[in-house]
Formats: sequence, C-alpha cells, structure tokens
Amino acid sequence: MQAERAVTIFEKSHPGRRAAMLPPLDVPDRDPADLLPAAALRKRAARLPEIAEPEIVRHYNRISRRNFDLDSGFYPLGSCTMKHNPKLHERAAALPGFSRLHPLQPAERAQGALELMWNFEHALAEICGLPHVCLQPSAGSHGELAGLLLTRAYHEDRGEHRTKVLAPDTSHGTNPASVTMAGFETVKVATNERGGVDLDDLRAKAGEDVACLMLTNPNTLGLFDENIEEIASIMHDVGATLYYDGANLNAVMGISRPGDMGFDIVHVNLHKSFTQPHGGGGPGSGPIAVSDRIAPYLPVPRIVRDDDGRFELSTNEPKSIGRMRGFQGNFGVFVRSYAYICSLGAEGLKAASETAVLNANYMLARGREGRVGKYLPVQFDRTCKHEYVLSAAPAKRELSVKALDIAKRLLDYGYHPPTIYFPLLVDEAMMIEPTETETPETLDGFVEALEKILAEAERDPEFVQNAPYTTPVRRMDEAAAARNPVVTQDLDALS
Amino acid sequence: MLDAIGVASVDELFSDVPDGVRLNRSLDLPAGRTEDEVYTHLAALAAKNVHADAEVSFLGAGMYDHYVPAIVDSIISRSEFITPYTPYQPEVSQGGLQVMFEYQTAIAELTGMDVSNASVYEGPSAMAAAAYLAKIETGRDHFIVSSAVHPQYRQTLATNAHGYGAEVIETSIGADGLTDAAALASAIDQRTAAVFVQNPNFFGGVEDLGALTEAAHEAGALVVCVADPLTLGVLAPPGDFGVDICVGEGQSLGNRLDYGGPSFGFFAVGKKLIRRMPGRIAGETTDVDGRRGWVLTLQTREQHIRREKATSNICTSQALNALAGMIYLSWLGRRGIVEIGELMLKRTAYAREKLAAVEGVEPLFDAPVFREFAVRLDAPVKTVLAELAVHGVNGGHPLGDDYPEHENGLLIAITERRSRKQIDRLAEGLAAAIATAKQTVGAEA
Repeated sequence: MQAERAVTIFEKSHPGRRAAMLPPLDVPDRDPADLLPAAALRKRAARLPEIAEPEIVRHYNRISRRNFDLDSGFYPLGSCTMKHNPKLHERAAALPGFSRLHPLQPAERAQGALELMWNFEHALAEICGLPHVCLQPSAGSHGELAGLLLTRAYHEDRGEHRTKVLAPDTSHGTNPASVTMAGFETVKVATNERGGVDLDDLRAKAGEDVACLMLTNPNTLGLFDENIEEIASIMHDVGATLYYDGANLNAVMGISRPGDMGFDIVHVNLHKSFTQPHGGGGPGSGPIAVSDRIAPYLPVPRIVRDDDGRFELSTNEPKSIGRMRGFQGNFGVFVRSYAYICSLGAEGLKAASETAVLNANYMLARGREGRVGKYLPVQFDRTCKHEYVLSAAPAKRELSVKALDIAKRLLDYGYHPPTIYFPLLVDEAMMIEPTETETPETLDGFVEALEKILAEAERDPEFVQNAPYTTPVRRMDEAAAARNPVVTQDLDALS
Repeated sequence: MLDAIGVASVDELFSDVPDGVRLNRSLDLPAGRTEDEVYTHLAALAAKNVHADAEVSFLGAGMYDHYVPAIVDSIISRSEFITPYTPYQPEVSQGGLQVMFEYQTAIAELTGMDVSNASVYEGPSAMAAAAYLAKIETGRDHFIVSSAVHPQYRQTLATNAHGYGAEVIETSIGADGLTDAAALASAIDQRTAAVFVQNPNFFGGVEDLGALTEAAHEAGALVVCVADPLTLGVLAPPGDFGVDICVGEGQSLGNRLDYGGPSFGFFAVGKKLIRRMPGRIAGETTDVDGRRGWVLTLQTREQHIRREKATSNICTSQALNALAGMIYLSWLGRRGIVEIGELMLKRTAYAREKLAAVEGVEPLFDAPVFREFAVRLDAPVKTVLAELAVHGVNGGHPLGDDYPEHENGLLIAITERRSRKQIDRLAEGLAAAIATAKQTVGAEA
C-alpha cells in the first residue's frame, strides 16, 4: 500500500457525493440575491471534493501511513526534542470545559482556564528563574520576535536607540530572521575552540549600539558554555539585554536556570521540552519569561489575580508592546504542557533533563569506536548535554558518502535521521538528540545502524548514495519542484 | 551506561555548569502526581468554565461555535499525523506533505487566489505577516487599515509594525457599518505599502471589495483582505476583486474553540508574490523512480536557509490544525460549503429582523450582513448580558471596549448550530433582560 501511486482527495471526488448533513432551513427562505448585493455573490462554485465519509476516512488513514512518526520509531532529530507525547494530555485537552470554551467568554465564567494559565505561568517562571511569564507567543520564533520587540521597548523607554543584535554563528536560523523582522541588524559572534562563544570577539562587538545578545545554552552543538557568567557580564556592562533561545531547555531543567545565568528574556518551546505533539509542523507554543526590568513591556492581555483569588485578563498596561496574536495564545497547548509539569513535578523534570543528557553522552560514547568514530567524529570532543554534533566530513572524503546519504539510508533501517547540515559551523553536520524517553537498547540499535551503513559504504558507496529503497517514495527531485512550483492541484484539468 | 561514558555519576556530566549558575535546590513545584491525579485536577479546572455546550452562545468575534464532525477528531488523533516533526525528510513524510498540498489547493480555490502556504499561526498574526510581505515587496512603510477590521488584528499589526518602523493609519467606518471608501482612498499615497480590509467585516458587514481595491492599486499599494473561509461558498472570493493577499482565521473550519487556540491562520497570494510568502509550502514533484510525491519547496525564502535575509521568521506553524481544516472542507464538500453559507446568511437576516422588533434593541448599522451583526441596546450591555447568562444564554460580544462610541453595542454571531428556536429565545431573553435592567437603572435613579 505504501508504494501505491499517490492520489489526492480532489482526484477521488465524484459529482453528487457528500458527507455532511446540515440542519434544515428553519427560518423564512430568502434568495441570497435579495440579502446581498449582486457583486458580493460567488459566481463560480468552489470546487471542494465531493466525497462520502467512508472514503474521506480511508483516504486520510492511507496517506497517514506514508508518514514516519514518533509513536512508531526513534526520532533523534537534533534541536527538536522529539520526546514521548503522553496520551493523557490529549484526553485532558479534549475536556469540553477547555476545548469548547470560547476565548471571549467573560473572565468570571472562564476561571478554570485562567487559573490553569496562572499556575502554568508560575511553573514556567520557576523553571526559567525569571519572575514574569507571558504565554501568548505561538511558537519559538514568535517568542523570539516578542523578546526582540520587548528589548526595543526597553531601550526606547530609556531614550536609547540601539540597532544591533549579536548572535553566535551556531544560532538557529530563526534568531537572525526574527532580528530582521524586529528592525535590528544581526552581527555574528564567532565560536571558540571549545565550541562556546569567542569572548574576545564578543568583547570587540559589544558596544553601546548593541541592543541584545541572543544565545542558546547549551548551544546548538549541545555544549554548555562554561563562560556564561562572563558573557552575561560583558553584555550587561554595555547595557544590552540577554535573550535565551529555549530550544535546548530540555538539558537543564531543575539544574541550571536561564535567569540565574543572567538572561533577561527566555522563550520556551512547549512543543519541545514540554511534550506538545509536533503535529507534523505545529501547533506549538513559545511562552516567554522575563526579568523585572522587561516586565512592564510584556504583551497584553496579562492574567491578574485580585485579593479574593479571582482571575481577570488585563489590557491596562501602558508600557506594553501590545498584542502578538489573537486571544490568549495556544491554550490547548498550555493544557498539555501543564499536565506534563503536574505529572513530573520538581524531581521528575530534573530527572528528565539528567536522563536526556545521560542518553546523549551514552550514544556519543558508543559512537567513539569503530567506523562511526572513524568516519563520523564528534566535532568538539567534550561532555555534551542533551545533543551532540558529528561531522560526516571524513565519510565524504574517504567513502564519498555525505551526511545526506547516511541520513537517507537510516530511513531504510527504520530510523528518522538526525538534523543534518546544521549548525552551519560544522562541515557535513549530523546533530543527534535522543531525548530521555528512549531505552539503551534503542540507542544501541541506532549506533549499530550507523556502523552498518558505514560498512555498506566501504563496500559499495553507490548503494548508500542511492538510498533509501524501502520508503513510500525515494529521493525526490527538489530542484524541479522549486524551478517550476506546482503548489496547488489544477482543478480545471479534473473537471 | 555510566561505564560506557567513563564517568562515575550523572552529576559528573554536568561538571561544566559553573557553580554560580547551578540551582542547587529543588524546583519550587509540587511533587509529581499519578496520571489519575493529574486528570482529576485538570477535570476540576475544566469544570470551572462555562463552555459552549453549557449555554446557548451567540459569541463570535473571530471564533465560532460550529459543529466539528467526529471524523476530524478521529483522523487528527492518529499517531501518524499528530507525532511527526515538520516534514524535512520527504521520503517518510508523504502523508503530511500531501495534506499540505490538498489544503493549499482548497484554500486557493475558496479564496480565489493563485497559491496558499501550508498555514500560519492564526488570523491576526497572519494579517501582520501580510503587512511584512507588503513592506518588503513595495519598499514602503505605511499601512492603511479600515477600523472595521477586527480590533485584535489591528492591534497585532501595530505591535509588529512598530518593530520595523512602519506606520499604521486607521480609517473611519461609515454610518452603514462598512469601511468608508472615500476616507480609505484619501489616506492612500505613495508611501502606502498596503491597505487592509475584512470581509465580512468585524460587524458582519459585507464590504464592496471592488471599490476598496481600486484606489490602492492605482497608488501601487497592495490590498490585503481578511476573509472568513466559511462564508466563501456564498460570497465572491477576494481573488475575484484583485486582492493581492488574502488571510484569515481558520478556526471555523473544523477546529476547536480551545479558549482561543491552537487553530490556524491561512495565507494566500497572487502568483507574483509566491517567492516572498512566509511559511511552509508543499510542492509536487517526482522521485528517482518517477513516482509522484511532494516536498517542502521554495525553501530559499525561509529562515533555516536564508537566516537574516528570510522573508519571515516562521518555523513551526499549525500543520495539524490545517489538516483538521482540510478534513472539514472535504466533509462539507462542494455543496455543503454553499448550504452552510446560505443557512447562516438566512438565519442572520432572520435574527437581525427578529431582534430589531424587540423593545430596546435596534440594529447598529443597516449594511447587508453575513453570520454576524451588531445591535444597540437601550440599557447597559454588560448588565443585560449578565442577566441573560443567568438564563443560560450568552448574548454575544459587547463592543464598548473596542469601540467606545458604541458603548451599548453588542455583536451577535450566528452559526449552523443556532436554530430559529434559540434565536427566538435570545429575542425573548433580551426583551426581559433589557426591561429588568431599565427598571434597575430607574430604581437607582
């Protein structure tokens, strides 16, 4: 079934078929032309599929099987924290009191939702070591944008005009993209021989025109920057803010907090460390936690609690940057992540981070031997945190097999590949993040698969270069897709 | 495992964390709980909310109480859809990529635009993203926005525009409740990057999109239209009027209310803007064996390739919610989208006339409306709403906070779930509540 030719739901459409039965008309019948101006009426039918319920179900169930998913296999995608998504969370989020609650329901009739958000804000504040939390941003990059707009508001309020934002050359692509959208200019900071921020370069670039430093710690190499206190002091000395990209928070929960490291603003990817299922590309959520000096500028609405313990949504915040999106944020995601924090508790969260780091170091150690160690050496050979980055440069040089080829061959072995070609600093990078919810047997199996693939490459590089073989489709012609974009079905050709 | 690593303890793995930044205490959070305990705690919180099944709700203003068919829940809860990451490896992501392609096709068809992306966060930030596109496309930095656009959309735009130094100019609403076309036209000049309108607008009014686009295009500005996809079986699609970017909130397509999210935003453009569009786009191609399939395409627009030169910073968006939207549109189908639109249109007309006959209620505006309409009460609106709530009716969204000039204005939303009986109940309830409120006010005076 997997290898069958793909057919879209539009191609399965057949005139006259349908699924939905709508309520009968129970008010006087009126001609739409009497109710609306002629120019406002649709003249040509919208060609949605005509298809019955059983066929809709079959269609989507069949194509779903052409996806690799976390519930079926190991997904060591670096920087994405593909940990188990507890099933309780879906049941809790579906409770009608949450899922059927209208966002404009007056606060006095949404007290449970506001209490959940209040509790959740306080839990995130404690985990981040920063006292104020806004849950509104919709994803990590949206949290970054909010954080940069907060930085702008903070400096403007002090009468300062700062134009630059520093970010290491290892940073996530969203960092510089967010910087541009917030009207700043990105200045790259170099990485030192230990994989951390190059302090001399940072000092040279840290000036009165710098608004902010954006940093991930542990960084995208999976390494904890031991100079973090010095970095924070350099930035604070020039009056800049420190922004923590929380994509890697899963390494340090309950162990070290961004606020204690000197950061002013943190975003938390609830779809990473806090188990929101990734949904094939969302929904996510990117709450931000901030220090006292940034708090006055937080987005509205804010949740406030009065002396009687009643919750309200407040928009009366004169220095606020305003609203980042509609309503109160991705509340359904808050329910899931709050359930996770309740389940694990203080000790459980710490144990999760410890196990994530243990698992990564175990895989790293297992891969120091044999062909993996020879052809896929680790770039910065230190104790890693929750992830590490290998370089397939020797494999490319000696076996003519690139990181991409190894990734594709892993698909045949039933694994999702690591993140490849990121961070850009590492030639032929393969970024591996096992997470805490994997067994040693799974980790062993993955390292053994790498070993076998490299043995295959020694014997017959072409075989690996042409992988995968067993997937629903094989390597796709991406250049053709970009050259001549076909991004919608030609419905004229179907009718 | 420790032996293999060559350390004596897990603590040793954290020896590179300096003492000064170690927590060295337990997090101040409650201890872990069993699954049963956590569920019970959450169920107790959920029970403190009055949800849409616990009252007859006429609340709308951006999210609506539509029926979500069971197939949506069934399909989107499949592990194969809910647990993958973004489809970076097309060989094992054809399911998700095909859904994106189908979704893009449906959105383009509904809106009458050439192309759609695979989703953005939600409606208001979709409009802000359209503004950013207009800014980089035109090189201009003024945005002209009708005050009849949803207040939260305007607020979100203002927050974003301030970052890159663009100016937002809001224009007035006519006495009929529609965008004042002359005021809008006179605000447009050579600095205008884009003009923003909504159809139906925040008050449910059906705008004359043709008239609103003309002046903008003459000045070389783009036109951004916020649309409600569930009205587009009946309303002419924005693409028919030469709109450049059509965006909006997708919740009405098979998504939960969820106290405001997650839902999805849709984003569709004319062909010439495709290479500046934000977000993921699935494109059709073939594999080495000639088999049909899809990939994420035009990625040179995106942050992970272009970094500071990207056309947007968006990464994770709302794929699962867009899938729910696509399932819903397949369920509704070619005829259903018309039927649900006509049902809402006729019931809205009925409700407006029914309520206008109530003592103390009058329509706020007289323009044609669709799925939502505004009235003015002859009594304090929040007092009336509180009284209605006692009788299990949520009368709608009060307008005074966003439009102080309509202090006792009320926005009432109609869906296929609001029957004639329920509309009649609202009318009776309003009559009684207004009478009570006026008595109270009279007694206090």
